[in-house]
Amino acid sequence: MSTNGNGMNENKMDDALVDEGAGGGNVSGGGPSPESEPGSVVAGVPAPPPGKLTKADFTSDQEVRWCPGCGDYAILNNVQKVMPELGVPREKVVFVSGIGCSSRFPYYMNTYGFHSIHGRAPAVATGIKSSNPELSVWVITGDGDALSIGGNHFMHAIRRNLDINYILFNNRIYGLTKGQYSPTSEFGKKTKSTPMGVIDYPINPASLAIASEATFVARTIDIDVKHLGAVVNAAAHHKGVSFVEVYQNCNIFNDGAFDSFAERAVRAENVLYLEHGQPMIFGKNRDKAIRMNGTLPEVIQLGSETGLNETDALIHDAHERDPSVAFMLARMEHPNFPQPVGIFRDVQRETYEDLLAQQIETAIAQKGAGSLEKLINSGEMWTVE
Amino acid sequence: MSATIDTPPVEERERNLEEVETVTIRFAGDSGDGMQLTGTQFTNTSAVIGNDISTLPDFPAEIRAPAGSLPGVSGFQLNFSSRDIRTPGDQPNVLVAMNPAALKVNLSDLEDGGTIIVNTDEFNKENLKKAAYASNPLEDDTLKGYRIHRLPITTLNIRALQEAQVKLSRKEMDRCKNFFALGVLYWLYDRPMEGSLEWIKSKFAKLPEVARANEIALKTGYNFADTTEVFTTHYTVRKAVIAPGKYRKITGNEATAIGFVAASQLAGRPLFYGSYPITPASDILHELARHKNFGVKTFQAEDEIAAVCAAIGASFTGHIGLTGTSGPGVALKQEAIGLAVMTELPLVIINVQRGGPSTGLPTKTEQADLFQAVWGRNGECPAIVIAPATPADCFHMAIEAVRLAFKYMTPVFYLSDGYLANGAEPWRLPSIDELPKIEVKFADDPTNFLPYKRDEQTLSRPFALPGTPGLEHRVGGIEKQHETGNVNYDPENHHFMVLLRQAKVDRAAQDIPDVEIFGEKTGKVLVLGWGSTYGSITSAVEKLQEEGKSVSSAHLRHLNPFPSNLGEVLLGFERVIIPEMNLGQLATMIRAKYLVDAVAFSKVKGRPFQIREIVRKVEEYL
Ligand code: SF4
Repeated sequence: MSTNGNGMNENKMDDALVDEGAGGGNVSGGGPSPESEPGSVVAGVPAPPPGKLTKADFTSDQEVRWCPGCGDYAILNNVQKVMPELGVPREKVVFVSGIGCSSRFPYYMNTYGFHSIHGRAPAVATGIKSSNPELSVWVITGDGDALSIGGNHFMHAIRRNLDINYILFNNRIYGLTKGQYSPTSEFGKKTKSTPMGVIDYPINPASLAIASEATFVARTIDIDVKHLGAVVNAAAHHKGVSFVEVYQNCNIFNDGAFDSFAERAVRAENVLYLEHGQPMIFGKNRDKAIRMNGTLPEVIQLGSETGLNETDALIHDAHERDPSVAFMLARMEHPNFPQPVGIFRDVQRETYEDLLAQQIETAIAQKGAGSLEKLINSGEMWTVE
Repeated sequence: MSATIDTPPVEERERNLEEVETVTIRFAGDSGDGMQLTGTQFTNTSAVIGNDISTLPDFPAEIRAPAGSLPGVSGFQLNFSSRDIRTPGDQPNVLVAMNPAALKVNLSDLEDGGTIIVNTDEFNKENLKKAAYASNPLEDDTLKGYRIHRLPITTLNIRALQEAQVKLSRKEMDRCKNFFALGVLYWLYDRPMEGSLEWIKSKFAKLPEVARANEIALKTGYNFADTTEVFTTHYTVRKAVIAPGKYRKITGNEATAIGFVAASQLAGRPLFYGSYPITPASDILHELARHKNFGVKTFQAEDEIAAVCAAIGASFTGHIGLTGTSGPGVALKQEAIGLAVMTELPLVIINVQRGGPSTGLPTKTEQADLFQAVWGRNGECPAIVIAPATPADCFHMAIEAVRLAFKYMTPVFYLSDGYLANGAEPWRLPSIDELPKIEVKFADDPTNFLPYKRDEQTLSRPFALPGTPGLEHRVGGIEKQHETGNVNYDPENHHFMVLLRQAKVDRAAQDIPDVEIFGEKTGKVLVLGWGSTYGSITSAVEKLQEEGKSVSSAHLRHLNPFPSNLGEVLLGFERVIIPEMNLGQLATMIRAKYLVDAVAFSKVKGRPFQIREIVRKVEEYL
């Protein structure tokens, strides 16, 4: 991130300070694109009269307390910017978080918010969304919160396919507790709690989400703000659980964790932007691609030297119901591969809250709306005179 | 036997029909023998003909321990009476033992000179060995002094079914022997068979041959008892003289589930039940899942923590957030309950207490989670704690829990236990207008809205639901600034908020009924109790009062805060004795709060108190 350690304003991050990045922006992965549907809706939530709200409406009066230069600012900034575009009235939005640096997020959104306890945000969100499906529910979590203490809820909230947006800030470190390794920290990493290096193997959040039957899985980068905004927007439009992993720089305890591919200068070369229906081509000169070699992916060089061209590249299909290729893509890593970002998977399945509502409707149709009188006066009864 | 298989005797033979007031029967057999079913059928029939009833099922912890083994014994005790009774009876008068293990496990509980009905067919070498009998108790002195009826139930049952040419395997036929035994007992206690016959018909509607077999088994058992000379006398128990009204039989878990559905109707708010399967609370989940037509949402969560967190999320949107579990589950939920205390959201936590610590005795009863409810969280973390006293009372206390949770914007613990959960009694059905109204108010005015502003009377904060324009606010587990609800680390504010949260829960005392005294307001001994000990305590005290002793009792249904008059009540007696199925948890609270030298009377055996145990204890202090 270009602003590391510059002592930037703690409260307000100027958009101009954020590198707009190269190549990002287009994440056409499925779902209706916001441009194509004016006054668009977040699945299930009725749209208000269009064009009223601005970013300022979604900004709370609370002082933002992340470290100067933290990647969280860019994410907050972009989510605040995207919210008015979604056409959801402010009072219908709920941000739910767990514990960790990222989990302070709800305090800064001028919506309803619930800062819950460590790891449990998905469970709280499950209760909120299933009891009031009209709400647009956002879970904000981190790598420790979601994958360590909250690992169980991660898997189950995702497989239930509630229509919630689940954003994981992955900085590969524990920030709030000051620098211990996390479940996504690299093997061998030296941290305060692992002076001789981490000896447990990291987990890959996007591939775990796919394995947990997620219907929408995407990845983006804090400083690639256009791409981030577009991914968040697409996530909001997906009906069902939308899981988004954001690579987020913790400039205090794990600075530069993603620099090797996320830095502006190298991004085009080292990042693969997945676009539905498009060949997987990357590189500054768009001269490299991904194709299958047997059951494994490989990087190929396009051009006259190799005789390979666009048509040899694998075409991305985010709507494929079989998760195998999405899983494979989610596990490709720099430097052996370009680091993939964008929408890995975007498929439809009935949501938990809809199925629950249907069961209630069916029960009412079959038995009639519940009557307290009948509830009490049922079973074998007798009278004492 | 064949002559009597198909039709019950036309004329009623009034052969030595003796009237008795109260009978306690224990049905015992292998867990595969269907003893719970037999006991339940006998109970239903007795209730419907107007006896007062009280039951105590006793399940093994294992689903199917090895057949015939001691850990595999399943029991069901039933007390039925023409009097108003409150307990399943101290000691069975009659023991039905379907195998040697059942005899071994239960014999010591039987009253001196009591009646034993045994299935002699099962007393073979192999089963005797499994029950660790060195010699056959039917042939040695083991059963001396008891009245024994030896019936070859297995053989009689199979023979009857074979003669009727029932088309089932031998194993399936053998499964009907519990209905044969039930038939014998129906004759012995002069009960009609109609209810059970109807039950068989509807239960096995899709398996007509199984239905026929069970019907034959039941009738054959009845006729066998009637026509043979095995029993010289049979007995009748008249209708009980209890309060007039319409009744149904209910267990604590059923009453709990129905009570929360009723609360939802009374409050006009949907019920959300988050739960994870656990003995002995799972039946509440099963029952609530059947009431979706009341808009009830049941959520079987991935774990105990998710169950409570989802309930909190539901509360946040204005549903009745309810979670239910047993002690180990509460241990897991406590951090989240602290979150509900901090965010000041209504939440009800059902704890169907069982033997602890750790996994403890999952199928046995205990009351050792009172401290856990009152004090078991980090920080100063007050919650309201209430406890139903009887199975039927579970219905009313469920409504009370929801009323208090909404009024005081706070978690409320609802402490049931295994004994209440599975025990049954007649429930006099309330009319709808007898039930309290539950008032629920939501904020909707954005003018000067402050999410943590206080209601002067209750000290509770306004309840603003997501979806309400202009009231957007954030809640969370970090300390809140008074009134604004903003994150705040100021030491003075924290001190103030700690006091405020406590004061709010204390305020609930203004809103709960005084504790009632059973007996004189002053005297030598007060027996104070809470929860499921109600029946034994009240019966014991009634007995002592009939003997002219200076004893009263009082039963707490609100444990935090205590009823306002409790201090005064305690002062009226020289001694306060507190029977509890723990090591004196209420006694400790009473001693601490009122400086009264209360006597803790502990029993932690996974079984409820017997009336006579309490009588004897009280007599020590008279
Ligand atoms: S510790 Fe790291 S993640 Fe946390 S606020 Fe500071 S920079 Fe951001």
